[in-house]
Amino acid sequence: MTETALPASPPKPSAAARAGTFLRLFARNRMAAFGGGLLALILLVALAAPILPLQDPFAQDTTQRFLRPFSEGHWLGTDHLGRDLLSRLIWGTQLSLLVGVSATLLAALAGSTLGVVAGFLGGRIDNVIMRSVDTVMAFPYILLALAIVAALGPGLVNALIAVAVVNIPFFARNIRGVTVTLANKEFVDAARLSGMGDTRIIASEIVPNILPVIVIAMSTTVGWMILETAGLSFLGLGSQPPVPDLGSMLGEGRNALISHPHTSIIPGLMIFAIVIGVNLLGDGIRDALDPRLRSGALTRPLPATLVDRAETPAIAAKPDALLSLEDLRVEFRLGRRTLKAVNGVSLDIAPGECLGLIGESGSGKSVTALSVMGLVASPPGVIAGGALRFQGRDLLAMKPGELRRLRGDKVAYIFQDPLATLHPLYRIGEQIAEAIRVHHPVPQAEAMARAVALLKQVRIPNAKSRAGNYPHELSGGMRQRVGIAMALANEPELIIADEPTTALDVTVQAQILKLLEDLRRERGLAILFITHDFGVVAQLCDRVAVMYAGEIVESGPAQAILDAPAHPYTRRLIACVPELGGGRRTLAAIPGLPPGADDLPQGCAFAPRCDKAQAACRAGRVALTGQEPGRGVRCLFPETAEDRTETA
Amino acid sequence: MTAALKIEDLGKTFGGGRGLFDRQRPAVQAVADATLSVARGETLGVVGESGCGKSTFARMLVGLLPPTTGRIEIEGENLGAQAGRDPAAFGRVIQYVFQDPISSLNPRKTVEQIIEAPLKHLHAMPREARRKRIAEIFDAVNLRPEFLSRYPHEFSGGQAQRIGIARALAASPRILLLDEPVSALDVSVQAQVLNLLAHLKAEFDLTYLFISHDLAVVEAVSDRVAVMYFGRIVELGRAEEIFQAPRHPYTALLARSAPVVGRPLGAGEDGSGELPNPLDPPQGCAFAMRCPKATELCRTTRPDMQELTPGHATACHHPL
Amino acid sequence: MNSYILKRLLSAVPVLLGITLVVFLIMSLIPGDPATAILGSYATAENVERLNRQLGLDRSLPEQYVIWLTNMLQGDFGRSFSLNRPVLDEVLDRFGATLILAGVSLVLCSIFGVVAGVISAARQYGLADKAITFAVLIGISIPSFFLGMMMILLFAIQLRWLPVSGMYSIYGGGDLPDLLRHLAMPALALSVVATGVIARLSRSAMLEVLRQDFVRTARAKGVPERRVIWRHALKAAMVSIIPVIGVQAGFVLSGAVYIEMVFQWPGVGRMLVEAILRRDLLLVQGGVVIVAACYVLFNLIVDVAQSLLDPRVKT
Repeated sequence: MTETALPASPPKPSAAARAGTFLRLFARNRMAAFGGGLLALILLVALAAPILPLQDPFAQDTTQRFLRPFSEGHWLGTDHLGRDLLSRLIWGTQLSLLVGVSATLLAALAGSTLGVVAGFLGGRIDNVIMRSVDTVMAFPYILLALAIVAALGPGLVNALIAVAVVNIPFFARNIRGVTVTLANKEFVDAARLSGMGDTRIIASEIVPNILPVIVIAMSTTVGWMILETAGLSFLGLGSQPPVPDLGSMLGEGRNALISHPHTSIIPGLMIFAIVIGVNLLGDGIRDALDPRLRSGALTRPLPATLVDRAETPAIAAKPDALLSLEDLRVEFRLGRRTLKAVNGVSLDIAPGECLGLIGESGSGKSVTALSVMGLVASPPGVIAGGALRFQGRDLLAMKPGELRRLRGDKVAYIFQDPLATLHPLYRIGEQIAEAIRVHHPVPQAEAMARAVALLKQVRIPNAKSRAGNYPHELSGGMRQRVGIAMALANEPELIIADEPTTALDVTVQAQILKLLEDLRRERGLAILFITHDFGVVAQLCDRVAVMYAGEIVESGPAQAILDAPAHPYTRRLIACVPELGGGRRTLAAIPGLPPGADDLPQGCAFAPRCDKAQAACRAGRVALTGQEPGRGVRCLFPETAEDRTETA
Repeated sequence: MTAALKIEDLGKTFGGGRGLFDRQRPAVQAVADATLSVARGETLGVVGESGCGKSTFARMLVGLLPPTTGRIEIEGENLGAQAGRDPAAFGRVIQYVFQDPISSLNPRKTVEQIIEAPLKHLHAMPREARRKRIAEIFDAVNLRPEFLSRYPHEFSGGQAQRIGIARALAASPRILLLDEPVSALDVSVQAQVLNLLAHLKAEFDLTYLFISHDLAVVEAVSDRVAVMYFGRIVELGRAEEIFQAPRHPYTALLARSAPVVGRPLGAGEDGSGELPNPLDPPQGCAFAMRCPKATELCRTTRPDMQELTPGHATACHHPL
Repeated sequence: MNSYILKRLLSAVPVLLGITLVVFLIMSLIPGDPATAILGSYATAENVERLNRQLGLDRSLPEQYVIWLTNMLQGDFGRSFSLNRPVLDEVLDRFGATLILAGVSLVLCSIFGVVAGVISAARQYGLADKAITFAVLIGISIPSFFLGMMMILLFAIQLRWLPVSGMYSIYGGGDLPDLLRHLAMPALALSVVATGVIARLSRSAMLEVLRQDFVRTARAKGVPERRVIWRHALKAAMVSIIPVIGVQAGFVLSGAVYIEMVFQWPGVGRMLVEAILRRDLLLVQGGVVIVAACYVLFNLIVDVAQSLLDPRVKT
């Protein structure tokens, strides 16, 4: 189902462009830039402590105790022993940063090593390491840190060790998880077969792929680590007097909190500034490194696809069409790039008719199907033009509530992967009953009874007890039957089936197709059937529309098109598909690739791959014209009988 | 003609053994009693639906998974001892082309680094010779030389699959194991890759094992076909024969279920089509519960493979 | 179901043993003569010798561990030398105060965190999302002990709404309103960080779930958006939120140590810090084992809750 997310694979950036993307994503995040700037400033001042004209941080002067900030000679005032707070703050910042960063590096190094070893070697070694890690994780972290400090004695180095040790499990667990995933990847198998040993595989296949994960984990933990070491010092267990770090300064200040709050507020604000800087920067790094965020995939889809039409087409009455799509345009707007997934699709479905929409991945067939009820994920999907009419009503002009009332009631969907499309935590009976109850106010018991009846209709054996199963307890074929039962729940006029058998085995596929066919005949259902398989179309559909690069290139009665395809793409695509019973043979291929959805040619989209293409084909858009009634083809030089005999 | 690959009674059982407190842990027999031989230069197709054990079977053949029982002989050499321990020993004679072309390429290596690995580690080839060889292979799989410095994510599925094939060829193997090599590709690209494979086979004098769930594709590329069901080979015969005149009821069901233009729907089976529970496998024939011809004998006794006509064997008590 | 709970209960036994082993190993790191270190300034030759005998400090490490473990199983965690009373009594006395503080904070942060996360995800890039994201950033960046001190300055000193510190009501005397007045600031200060973390994770868990196919299925069925978010999506997101709450319980317990110091709360955290500063190592050792054991049991409950929510866990 990657297809619905993005209509075509995005253009492939080079390594340099990738680095550029990283920097751009990073800089685009103004918050991250602010955090980075703040942190850089603090770091610079802290590192410059030896050369700055600071007073001696240890010089006591009891006559100058608790001077307020902006006092003469002491910009930030003095503490309870009359020591200069500015000097102590800068030296303390340096120490706190040093300890926090060292603890992070120690924990990351030790934890990642353990994680990689455990995850890659597996078996007993994995067991021993992970049991130990679990045991350490079974402590609330501070208890362990306190125990370590108690045993080793208070002191900054011991606090550092304690904080590092309690954070090792975090790294070990994370990195182990990623390593296990990587170790099962096919490229690791390939490396083995290329003669690489374990050590070499870890070094060249695993580690380069987990480095970003380690960096992300470090950037999210270094903030805590600084806080935790400051915390131990605050409790008097870390830095010992007179050496200042931010935690111990805050701890000393606490004794005079009420009378001289500035001695607490100053180091406290500094800790806050450092940690907020680290967190902002860390978020920026994570966003820039995490590939899921890079593709904008972690945006939540809105309840209905956004509609952004330049004009609202006038409603033309088409009494015999149940659903009509007129010049539908759907785009994916990703930053500055616009992917045109659907480019002016017009279709009509009559009541009781089965229309097959066929195309390869990226052709826009699923996007077309999902747009009907506004289910294209948005952002980034936008319906950019055209009209959708169901029983004469403009679907795109509807309020969200109106559209919702149609969904699942008059128009129902069946999706591709039946495991992913059913809710994993609800029983299947409940899920079907819910489909009824959101549209009809019937009592739960009645809805359940109808759910069981529906399960029987889709020929699930022992429907009553099956209704109490969770989706993971059913086989793929059974789950798809549940999907169909759910679509039938409110006796819809139209079912939109988006590759409902693609994920299934061929014997199960045959059963599901048979079931759909029977239900359609019994109930007079209209079906919009999305598929990439000509065999399926031939068996199930009355009419077919072929899509290429977001356009319908040919449409007409299924049998007529299969017998005598008029568009060169249709003809050659049919020729590519091996059919059982043909024996051993060389297959026909179409050279080249479909055009990218952000780089569509000006003329016919198929022209670059078509051996009949002429200058006119590339000049401008080709219209869909009908040679015979009920048929349409988007080609200037449609196939002739001669062309067809050539391939046969 | 010597057999390029010969396997006898190959089997793999996962789990089992004694757990804590001396309980018998559940064992799942993923592959059992696989016996076949592939002649040099032949293409053997292996078909089966999900859960039939074809991936386990494939991983054993290339030495990535040690078999529980049986032996593997490649070009007359018994490789049983190295199985699962020394993939490099296998890598020199048999290579694997994976289903998912993108995930079989390390995203952080350039194409050149990927293709170079088998030359470096299996054949200890010096740098200059490597460069020359890579250029030859790249030419053979119709890829442009400038792709060498790029990273895998910059390629389309079809191109990535060619890179995967180039990597496999770089090891100079005698046998290529093609595990669903075109299932992740669109039909128009599928044919490009299949035709390339046919061409390479002739050019490099290779033997193919072609694993797929797509009967039509298997029929189009194979000399012989083995049909697997629930971990066992149930039928083995010549490609032009096996789907036209199947002898095992399961093969017949598969052939009937494949969607064919002009054939009405409903030629499949009526039942639920469920597989047996692998934790509690049936005593007799695993297909008996779905088979219209099943008798008491089928439910109690597992049928052995028997040759019905020369070159066509099936494991069925009541062959069609 | 019951067999799952039983299995989980049994699996806690090795973890509990592991905890005692880790504490024992850490304590064996003590430099110098352990008895002298434990007794510190209270050490007399006689006391040192008695302690050596009692803890088997003259024996090998494995033997010492077995002796210590056996003693603990009989309820003997040793004696605190600075307080001159059994460790177990002292810990149990103090534990109630910590449980109130940490428990209330955990409830607060779970509710506020999840609700904020869900709203933030549902209104992604909207005003509510931006406000919550900003508040969360502040929350997870501010040290709880600093926040506590600032709250004292504001609410106790400036506004005089709440008492600075000192909670004794559970030792008799105070009533519920008094307890609440004392609890308000520490519980709030303690829950801020955890609220932020839970809100953040809930937001990303919800965003992850909202992209799933089954959410699209729910919408395709015509389920109202409110129900899609708060039922379909949240239920699935809880599968990854509940473990986070379990982990945050550990952080809340940890944070309680600082908060107890800042607000002079008579809990077990403050007891531990004071014991370390007085080198009362047996009290530290016993306190750590008991609190960690309780935390293990709490996580057990979290796991069982998880299995009730997610039917896939059991199989």
